[in-house]
Amino acid sequence: MMSKRFLPLWITTSLLVVLFMIGATQYEGFGSLRVVTNLFSDNAFLLITALGMTLVIISGGIDLSVGSVIALSGVLCSVLITEYQWHPIAVFALVIPLGTLFGALMGTLIHVYRLQPFIVTLAGMFLARGLATTISEQSVEIDHPFYDMVSDFGLLLPGNAWLDTSSMIFVLLFIFIVIMMHFTRFGTNIYALGGNEQSAQLMGVPVKKTTIAIYAASSCLATLAGIVFTFYTFSGYALAGVGVELDAIAAVVIGGTLLTGGSGFVIGTVLGVLLMGIIQTYITFDGTLSSWWTKIVIGLLLFFFIVLQKVLNRDKAEHA
Amino acid sequence: MKSSNNNQAAAETPAVESLSTQEQALAAAKSERYQAGSNNNLARYLWPVCALILLLAVNLVLDPSFFSLSYQDGRLYGSLIDILNRCAPVALLAIGMSVVIATGGIDLSVGAVMAISGAVCANLLLMPDIALITVLFAGLAVGILAGLVNGSLVSYLGIQPIVATLLLMVAGRGVAQLINQGQIITFQHDSFAFIGVGNWLGLPMPVWLVIGMLVFTQLLLRKTALGLFIESVGCNASASRYLGINDKAVKSFAYVIAGICAALAGMISAANIQGSDANNAGLWLELDAILAVVIGGASLVGGRFSLVLAITGALIIQTLATTIIVSGLPAKFNLLIKAMVILMVLLLQSEKFRKQLKSLFSTKSRQPNLGAAK
Repeated sequence: MMSKRFLPLWITTSLLVVLFMIGATQYEGFGSLRVVTNLFSDNAFLLITALGMTLVIISGGIDLSVGSVIALSGVLCSVLITEYQWHPIAVFALVIPLGTLFGALMGTLIHVYRLQPFIVTLAGMFLARGLATTISEQSVEIDHPFYDMVSDFGLLLPGNAWLDTSSMIFVLLFIFIVIMMHFTRFGTNIYALGGNEQSAQLMGVPVKKTTIAIYAASSCLATLAGIVFTFYTFSGYALAGVGVELDAIAAVVIGGTLLTGGSGFVIGTVLGVLLMGIIQTYITFDGTLSSWWTKIVIGLLLFFFIVLQKVLNRDKAEHA
Repeated sequence: MKSSNNNQAAAETPAVESLSTQEQALAAAKSERYQAGSNNNLARYLWPVCALILLLAVNLVLDPSFFSLSYQDGRLYGSLIDILNRCAPVALLAIGMSVVIATGGIDLSVGAVMAISGAVCANLLLMPDIALITVLFAGLAVGILAGLVNGSLVSYLGIQPIVATLLLMVAGRGVAQLINQGQIITFQHDSFAFIGVGNWLGLPMPVWLVIGMLVFTQLLLRKTALGLFIESVGCNASASRYLGINDKAVKSFAYVIAGICAALAGMISAANIQGSDANNAGLWLELDAILAVVIGGASLVGGRFSLVLAITGALIIQTLATTIIVSGLPAKFNLLIKAMVILMVLLLQSEKFRKQLKSLFSTKSRQPNLGAAK
């Protein structure tokens, strides 16, 4: 049982390692620490979003609004910093609670009115994107000493590899969420909720509080991802982050989390994002492969992992 | 199996609860509502149609000439025709989507299928001396194939519909770009362009295609037992299987219908621009189609469908967009207003919200302890 639980994780890890090795033998410079740190810094916002998505999916829900929340948070930050001359730290102190509130409202709608997460977060997606375009249709540039400081800050690793602020933020969040999922009552509640809501309620899990907290956490992480995305692009744009929710869901599935909820690991999602990132890197290094192969390969990977999960669970059902 | 047990338990509770007259009255009101949902269709049609009429009335106030139609060059012109014409792709998708949703599924891939069918048609049209009928059949074949892929993933492999169709949503656009080799393929073909920009009997061709598809699907589903099977599978797939319904085939069939509708919509949008843009054709239209079905009053849980209501939903979405333009508000408010409308529709569909609303208006006149119990 234990090994079976971890099998999708092992497969994702070995695929990641194998692909990296193939790249390293084929292309000069692929097998360097620099490629690895770039993988993290290029995908930091997706990694942070996917962390939240993992929580939601383990609880048996889904959150389609994250891409729009990234855009909204980015636009809000850039407008407040550039046009209203706020200090970035003050802006973050305002934007993060607002984003969390947004998610909490969606969670409330889902729990109190028994609406489906899919359709509520779809409405949330339109709402956040609509708010973002209402605030500013143009891309707003950020030019603030704080941002220069953030981009200068980092760790120089051997091999001229650069671990930037965004990656460090991600690593901190990752550690925090892993501890939360596996060593706190809240984490256990999330798994229980995803296993079976009725049983969870009977066992005394505070379903309402947990549901609202999960969606609040997902939106909070998406807001943070939006901030990290402004570190990356030095601007906020209402059309940023379109389709990120799909990438995040795909990463969660590739990471071995069941979309029906109740089972999965946060580390799997991280590996999923890295696997998708390394496919992208490979295609960039190759130069002759066209970009659409990324989509097709990710589709095939998704198919492979879903079928794998299916086969594993069929065995489990037979044993039970 | 689990869900059937739950249903049994739920069915037993009202019988047990019939202790006081008050509770009896509540149970009677409840069953009346369920009856109204299943038999009396009038109540179901009331709200979406009212919403549409309300929107149109708002337009009339904003622009008195809104309903005027003029006849020129063998075609009717006017805002109403414009709305019908523009909502054609979403309406087509909504027909297929409502059938899929009725089986308890969802199809996220329709936008990508639109892109693929458009790409296939555009590339075939580049060949010299190709018969139009071949192109049309190739386009529809793409839809059928996509539907079969989705359907077999969902029913034979037992994958969750959201995930199964997510596969084709991600990979499908890649396939469309592969077919187009990353280019925007343009073509010059008057008879193919006719399905996008042509007119027949005074109406634009896309409108006729929607009407044709609606009549065809409605006859197919309501004049045969298929519609009943689809609703039965959506209510409870395993119970339907014990009744002797081939639930897997029924589910696959629903996805095939959705695929055909998507392919047709893809051909219309390709014919409209006389080209195929794999990146943007049908982008995010799957969400609009799902919204149209939900605004039409269908629950995502499945178990019932109404094609007419789905199309009403699509019309509401398009009219809303037009209203925003007519009212002179900047187009950037489009999404915001759309989100508000969706939230309102969702809340109105929620049992609990309606109760809260009712008690808000009539707490004093009714039994106060009923409200307190909630």
